[in-house]
Amino acid sequence: MATVTLENLKKSFGKTEIIHGVDIDIADGEFIVIVGPSGCGKSTLLRMVAGLETVSAGEVLIGGRPVNGVEPMDRDIAMVFQNYALYPHMSVFDNMAYGLKIGRVPKAEIRTRVEAAAEILQLGPYLQRKPRELSGGQRQRVAMGRAIVRKPAVFLFDEPLSNLDAKLRVQMRLEIKALQRKLGVTSLYVTHDQVEAMTLADRMIVMNEGTADQIGAPLEVYGNPATTFVAGFIGSPPMNFLDAAALENAPAGVSLGVRPESVRLVGTSEGRLEGTVAYAEPLGAETLIHLRTADGQALTIRQDGVLPVPAEGDRLGAVWDPSQEFRFGPDGRRLRQDR
Amino acid sequence: MEKRVTFKGLWLPILLVLPQIVITAVFFFYPAGKAVWQSLFIPDPFGLSMQYVGLGNFEFLLSDPYYRASFVTTAVFSTLVTAVSMGVALYLAVLADRLIKGSGTYRTLLIWPYAVAPAVAGVLWLFMFNTRVGVVTWYLGQLGYDWNHVLNPREAMGLVVVASAWGRISYNFLFFLAGLQAIPRSVIEAAAIDGARFWTRFRTIVFPLLSPTTFFLLVVNIVYAFFETFGVIHTITSGGPQQATTILVYKVYSDGFIGQDLGSSAAQSVILLVLVSILTVIQFRYLERRVHY
Amino acid sequence: MADRGGMVQSRGLGIWLTHLGLIVGILFIFFPIWLAFVASTVSQQDIVRPPMPLLPGDKLVENYGRALSAGINAPVARMLFNSAVMAVGIAVGKIAISIISAFAIVYFRFPGRQIFFWLIFLTLMLPVEVRIVPTYEVAASFGMLNSYSGLIFPLIASATATFLFRQFFMTVPDELAEAARVDGARPMRFFFDILLPMSRTNIAALFVILFIYGWNQYLWPLLITTDPSMNTIVMGIKQMFPSGDDTADWPVIMATSILAMLPPVAVVVGMQTFFIRGLVDSEK
Repeated sequence: MATVTLENLKKSFGKTEIIHGVDIDIADGEFIVIVGPSGCGKSTLLRMVAGLETVSAGEVLIGGRPVNGVEPMDRDIAMVFQNYALYPHMSVFDNMAYGLKIGRVPKAEIRTRVEAAAEILQLGPYLQRKPRELSGGQRQRVAMGRAIVRKPAVFLFDEPLSNLDAKLRVQMRLEIKALQRKLGVTSLYVTHDQVEAMTLADRMIVMNEGTADQIGAPLEVYGNPATTFVAGFIGSPPMNFLDAAALENAPAGVSLGVRPESVRLVGTSEGRLEGTVAYAEPLGAETLIHLRTADGQALTIRQDGVLPVPAEGDRLGAVWDPSQEFRFGPDGRRLRQDR
Repeated sequence: MEKRVTFKGLWLPILLVLPQIVITAVFFFYPAGKAVWQSLFIPDPFGLSMQYVGLGNFEFLLSDPYYRASFVTTAVFSTLVTAVSMGVALYLAVLADRLIKGSGTYRTLLIWPYAVAPAVAGVLWLFMFNTRVGVVTWYLGQLGYDWNHVLNPREAMGLVVVASAWGRISYNFLFFLAGLQAIPRSVIEAAAIDGARFWTRFRTIVFPLLSPTTFFLLVVNIVYAFFETFGVIHTITSGGPQQATTILVYKVYSDGFIGQDLGSSAAQSVILLVLVSILTVIQFRYLERRVHY
Repeated sequence: MADRGGMVQSRGLGIWLTHLGLIVGILFIFFPIWLAFVASTVSQQDIVRPPMPLLPGDKLVENYGRALSAGINAPVARMLFNSAVMAVGIAVGKIAISIISAFAIVYFRFPGRQIFFWLIFLTLMLPVEVRIVPTYEVAASFGMLNSYSGLIFPLIASATATFLFRQFFMTVPDELAEAARVDGARPMRFFFDILLPMSRTNIAALFVILFIYGWNQYLWPLLITTDPSMNTIVMGIKQMFPSGDDTADWPVIMATSILAMLPPVAVVVGMQTFFIRGLVDSEK
């Protein structure tokens, strides 16, 4: 078990800097999710912690020890890869045992550890099979098992669920969470899926083009986004952004954000703005209504599924509690004075 | 294309490539370079010194009627070998492709000649057509035809062509069969539904779709006929009669090792080298563009 | 018998014509081999008084025994051994030096790597026949005439196999090497534990191709071996023909020809799947 600290961590390929300095202190046993769209640098960040990418500037500390020059194998980490990276010619048992064999762990000990991991992951019956004889979910478990048996101080996950189908993804997500709680191992988990990030993380790092836009607990990030990027990326459907100047006395370029679930539909005269229903999407439990204003702005409203669904072309007003709105400056940063 | 992962280390990779570097440098690049170098010199009659002649060897070669004749011989020989072996192979592959069951058995039988060395193939055919004891010669004699490839240049050429093509059928057959089996069934069925009969289907659908394989084999077979048929020529005719079967590679050998004319032989090597390079470039550039995929 | 899609349906007569066509083709292809086999089982008298018989005689043991133990210039058993050493030496040697250098150029960055890579491309194009005279001089200057190393080394001096292994290594996912690194494997350990076992089929396919290539060499052994006891079987056959007007010892020559084709045929037929795969890969 260990803490992980990133100090102003930067990465450049040639002259292009792709990670512009990330700072975080990760507590022992904490589950950190790094989330962002593809190309934001989240995998590179993780690979620097793993020691698979060199660090251009700044420092990685694991358990208080600077590890920039330390080989991956000596960092006391284990990693689960997106495509699992199982050795195709080795049995499940050998896949899990390989790292221990290299580390010259005694045979009996290897057997105990692998079998214990197989027990936890329900892989007992498959130990002698080759990876190609397993289903996607089972392969995923073997990759996890390979990480567990090494009893590392830190788990690193690089989009481990992205190759699974939607249903299995939800199930494995719960299993990973339970396993991490049980083992109490500090974890860094990379994903582009904001739902995965919300459900797994103790704290999350929202990455945007090589910058950590916000670091915080999921609900804090959701309820109090620091930038338009974070506000738009976390939450589905995303936050509505309106031109603040059209609604109130505000300088040009300021946008006003409000989440779809904060908005209620009312009669035209009662709304803070009014518009026409472009289309409505009844999803059963809820209905998404897309409103378009006269000046061309779009607004999505999420309402309970039991409420009546307005017809396309209806003119309606929209209101929300002022405490639920967020203002962002032209640079995308939150304007703090409004709260 | 680059790997993302790299291991660290400087001496280890150098150590790993070293055996190949040394062997290739000593037995490939140095001799190839020396061939180019030697092609610019002629040795004196006693082999004691070399005289620089610039492109003299090349000028001499290109005006030498024997060398020009060898060029024509090579062109005729490789065209015939390529046509015969590819024709027979395509015919057999089309037949084998019609079968679901049994095509494996035929394939196993048909790959045999690939394993037979060209020189051994030469001996087998020489035996059949031997002027004194050959079985085929004897039966031809019964029919009133007096076969004698030792004296008759045309018959000599015919024999080395057949012996060379024979050994190549397996190779072409395997590629044609693979090519045919890669054509989607639905395309041919669609043509059949459109009312195209066997020959029409073959001409308008199958053969065009097979053209990548065909063009690939064309180049590969020409290269084969240029170089690897040395054994056939050497065992059957030794280039004769009257140099009628002296292809370019054979001439490099006979001028260099029998005639001891190193400058000329080296110049011929360089010309061959250029020819192979041209063929390779054609294979990569020109043909690929025109071929249906 | 069922019919494959190549030409949609052909029933009844069509099927039999198909088989007939193939059988005629196979007879044409096998006739020279059959005739050689027959000649290797009859006496010299049967052959020199044409037409020779078309069915095997009773001298099989005698002719093969004579060829293997005495031959004409050297015992054929000795030549078979020489061929085996040469073919296996070329196959194993070329695979060994190629796989390690492919490993180096794919998994490392080192100075000169690009140059090395382009040199590989150059060697893909030039057969040994093109540089035959200078190569002979090099081998002679190293005292490699009439030696196994002289038979083997000049023929492994090309990078075709390196190129093939490189192509294969490029398809191995990056994560595999990363996982091995995280597991604590150093480069050579990764090579032996992961990469080599994963390359098994490629190695087998290449072995078949290179074995045939080595076994069937003609010009090079012809130049480099003057001592009959160092002759390979494929080039030794030609040496068995007498010069001048003497009659060749056909039964022994034909027995030798059959012996010369048996090992490569066994390899090709026995390892057919690897062979076909190797052919297709090596020409891509």
